[in-house]
Amino acid sequence: MKSNPIAKLGDAGLYVLTDLGRMAIFLLMSFRGSFRRPFRLKELVRQVHFIGAGSLVVIFFTALSTGMVLGLQGYYSLNKFGAGGMLGSAVSLTLIMELGPVLTALMVAGRAGSAMCAEIGIMRISEQIDALDCMAIDPFRYFITPKFLAMIIAMPLLTAVFDVVGIAGGYIAGVGLMDVSPGSFTQGMMTSVTNHDILLGVVKSFVFGLLVVWICSGRGYFVREIRGAGFGAESVSRVTTQAVVLSSISVLVFDYLITAVLL
Amino acid sequence: MTSAIEFKNVVKTFSKRDGGLQYVLDGVDFSIPAGKTTVIAGGSGQGKSVTLKLVLGLMQADSGRIFIHGNDVTGFRGTNLERLRTQFGVLFQGAALFDSMTVFENVALPLQERTQKSEEEIRERVAATLAQFELTGHEEKYPAQLSGGMKKRVGLARAMQLNPSIMLFDEPTTGLDPVMTQEIYHLFVKTKAEFGFTSVIVSHDIPKIFNLADQVILLNNGRMDVFDSPEEIQWSEKPYIQEFVQKTMGDIYQSHLVE
Repeated sequence: MKSNPIAKLGDAGLYVLTDLGRMAIFLLMSFRGSFRRPFRLKELVRQVHFIGAGSLVVIFFTALSTGMVLGLQGYYSLNKFGAGGMLGSAVSLTLIMELGPVLTALMVAGRAGSAMCAEIGIMRISEQIDALDCMAIDPFRYFITPKFLAMIIAMPLLTAVFDVVGIAGGYIAGVGLMDVSPGSFTQGMMTSVTNHDILLGVVKSFVFGLLVVWICSGRGYFVREIRGAGFGAESVSRVTTQAVVLSSISVLVFDYLITAVLL
Repeated sequence: MTSAIEFKNVVKTFSKRDGGLQYVLDGVDFSIPAGKTTVIAGGSGQGKSVTLKLVLGLMQADSGRIFIHGNDVTGFRGTNLERLRTQFGVLFQGAALFDSMTVFENVALPLQERTQKSEEEIRERVAATLAQFELTGHEEKYPAQLSGGMKKRVGLARAMQLNPSIMLFDEPTTGLDPVMTQEIYHLFVKTKAEFGFTSVIVSHDIPKIFNLADQVILLNNGRMDVFDSPEEIQWSEKPYIQEFVQKTMGDIYQSHLVE
């Protein structure tokens, strides 16, 4: 082991650069896989079902509770200024531009991202990926690219579901439990939400989907190369945890960046 | 005799945490004759599996040249590498079967992905292969439902689908009991007689595995010693080989598991 702190720093820097480099190549190879034939449509549909339909329950309950809390707390805050009628506008804008894409991405990272990372990691340590290589079957075209495309398709759709259910939750809390009128809630929502706001949410969900699938698949694929991950089943477990944490942090960082650029 | 695989002055190193280099292969030269069985032996971490990975292009050598059937394949990538790999069949240590696929799907995969055969042709071909490897009736089972020996048989059946000219066996009997080990050896002899491939076996199972060998390569500290027969190893004067002989080959002539 290096004892010189500068050498340690240099070693860590080189490791980070190498890691970023291999992750960049991994991203390019994943996109290249979509141009290679035969395209695996059935696998794409299976992955969309796994990520999309499989995450619906968790997305539904997260969205409903988030929307209802927003409804209650939003009404409490707005009512202090005599602006309780603006609740529809506040709930819908908050969900569409911010909470919908972010919370959906965090939920999907925890559910589907972790599963992807563990699956690919196990395939790596049990030499299944080497076996594909040896049979001259491109592992990217065969099973990684379908995951990328499925995530990019499913994430905006799940975000849309989150937005709709969340707004419904806000409506239930604001109109059903507080004394906001149904007309002012829907009118506020319809007049304040613009196409630009929706576009911002769509761009975020697309970018977050890409980040989650890239980090989770990449960490699993390079399970043997990740320093400190250990070996065997332990390495898969550690790398899966790392993938979920890294993708969650990336989502939050990119959330700020996209908002700052596009708002 | 023509060479199936040839290494010329191949060097492969790995970085150590202290910043130094570990020479796994330090300028090795060897040639594996076509149609014969070569066993690569040596202690753990001596570079046996690395040698196989270099042959398959799963790793790149730092320097030196690698030839397959006389063609220089050093640094092959992309389509060239894919084409090269169709010449190989590999039986991995743990068989490397796809967990989410049945036995039938595992064996059919190379045909589906690498040939233009119709589904009917593939079904017939896989059924014939499974019968050949005594796996009929297990088509719908998943790898988790198979014994270690059966997994190896499925792995071998899958590896043979594209009629490879070179078969690589990575620790084919590791983790198997003596009965299973003998079964795998019998299967090896039978399959080799039928298909006539060049075979390279990386194994710890010494001296039993030497009964299958036409040539033996011993790896030690990045260097290789090549012997034209297992018996020849006994006459080497190198201290590490004498030690190896004492430790592992005391009963080489008494060991006749494979007839």
